[in-house]
Amino acid sequence: MEARLVKLPGELKGVTHLVIPGGESTAISLLLRSSELLEPVAEFAAGGGALFGTCAGMIILASEIIDGRSDQVALGAIDITVRRNGFGRQVNSFEADLRVQGIPGRPMTVAFIRAPVVTRVGPDVSVLASVRYEFPDGGDQEVPAVCRSRNVLVSSFHPEVTGDDRLHKLFLESF
Amino acid sequence: MQAADPTKTFERVSEMTEETASAVTKATARVKRGLAEMLRGGVIMDVVTADQAKIAEDAGAVAVMALERVPADIRRDGGVARMSDPALIEEIQAAVSIPVMAKARIGHFVEAQILEALQVDYIDESEVLTPADEAYHIDKWRFSVPFVCGATNLGEALRRVSEGAALIRSKGEAGTGNVVEAVRHLRSIVGDIKKITQADSAELHGWAKELRAPYELVAEIAATGKLPVPLFCAGGIATPADAALVMQLGAEACFVGSGIFKSGDPAKRARAIVEATTHYQDATILAKVSRNLGVPMVGIEMDKVDVHLAERGW
Repeated sequence: MEARLVKLPGELKGVTHLVIPGGESTAISLLLRSSELLEPVAEFAAGGGALFGTCAGMIILASEIIDGRSDQVALGAIDITVRRNGFGRQVNSFEADLRVQGIPGRPMTVAFIRAPVVTRVGPDVSVLASVRYEFPDGGDQEVPAVCRSRNVLVSSFHPEVTGDDRLHKLFLESF
Repeated sequence: MQAADPTKTFERVSEMTEETASAVTKATARVKRGLAEMLRGGVIMDVVTADQAKIAEDAGAVAVMALERVPADIRRDGGVARMSDPALIEEIQAAVSIPVMAKARIGHFVEAQILEALQVDYIDESEVLTPADEAYHIDKWRFSVPFVCGATNLGEALRRVSEGAALIRSKGEAGTGNVVEAVRHLRSIVGDIKKITQADSAELHGWAKELRAPYELVAEIAATGKLPVPLFCAGGIATPADAALVMQLGAEACFVGSGIFKSGDPAKRARAIVEATTHYQDATILAKVSRNLGVPMVGIEMDKVDVHLAERGW
């Protein structure tokens, strides 16, 4: 297995599994366009290519974005609605221990950093993990943290920040 | 590795069990450093108004630094430079959806408390402002908001990390439009990291002494080959080529201060610096984005600089 950084369309050739990582979804949207990657990535998704979006990557892959910029990319690769920065600003960023369906053993310790909140999940999407959080306006709620469809896996947290690679492994083995 | 199986269906989880209930821990070192990790490969831009903040976000900035005056103006005006008016910071927070950072004076922990109350996303304990304490930097472990601090060399960087900084940036010489100092600081930090990875265990104690830094952090660098926190570059970046230069020298992201809004066409230059930071190793793209950017910030040579901001802090 070989990992490759994709910054330009040519680098997508031969890729079977594509990870769209965290960052700022507005900046990623702009660079997808300026690097002429938007169409190739949309085609990759439409053709059933395996995609894994974490945090900002989840926003890019979602079908609907609340509190986003009107010009930001929502590829619609997975039928979910997300609210940008739904947990609040950086002071509200947090770590949590989550049980993820399909990942046996100890819970995953993961980091939610200015993370998006999944507010709606489509009928063909399953929720593999959720997180309980005390929202300042909505009280104590449980919201999805990992979702999947046939070819798309998304997490509102960053699995790599805490160094647990089991979700990446699940992505490579079952997608 | 298997191809996706279109016939496979997945059970929908409609009710979560008690097992999913999770304890949430805020303000951990990993969460603080994590935001900096998410800014890697991006550009953080100094802005003094909500309109400038929008231009920065439109151009693809990953964060903005909310200021009353950019460093070039602080340098020109002189006088004591302090934390920005909270009203300005709130205006900028309301204008954009990307992270908003703000500066506190070195050692001024009350300015930092105020910035934390405003929920800024990062506090820059910055030499660009006039220092408030000649002996101590802020004890950054006491805050939930993460801190970025400047450094001119590895020892300074590690002292800031041991005080709780979650991100280190080169100091460079802010407000000059001259990248030479930032290059010196980056080369010094990255060069010493390389040397430490070659040192034996006895030499590591010597390094700790020489750098005036905790031995544990020096040993961590020897083991990992990098700083315990991300390393960004700041100070004097004025062109897309400057941004790509510091990225090739080992910076993981760029802060651009006066270089954008003191130039002839800020929106275009901002966009070009973002693209240059992303494609920093691709000279063809760098040539393309460097075209027709209008007048750059004029800049100052180092021997014409009367106040050396980088000498503030220790």
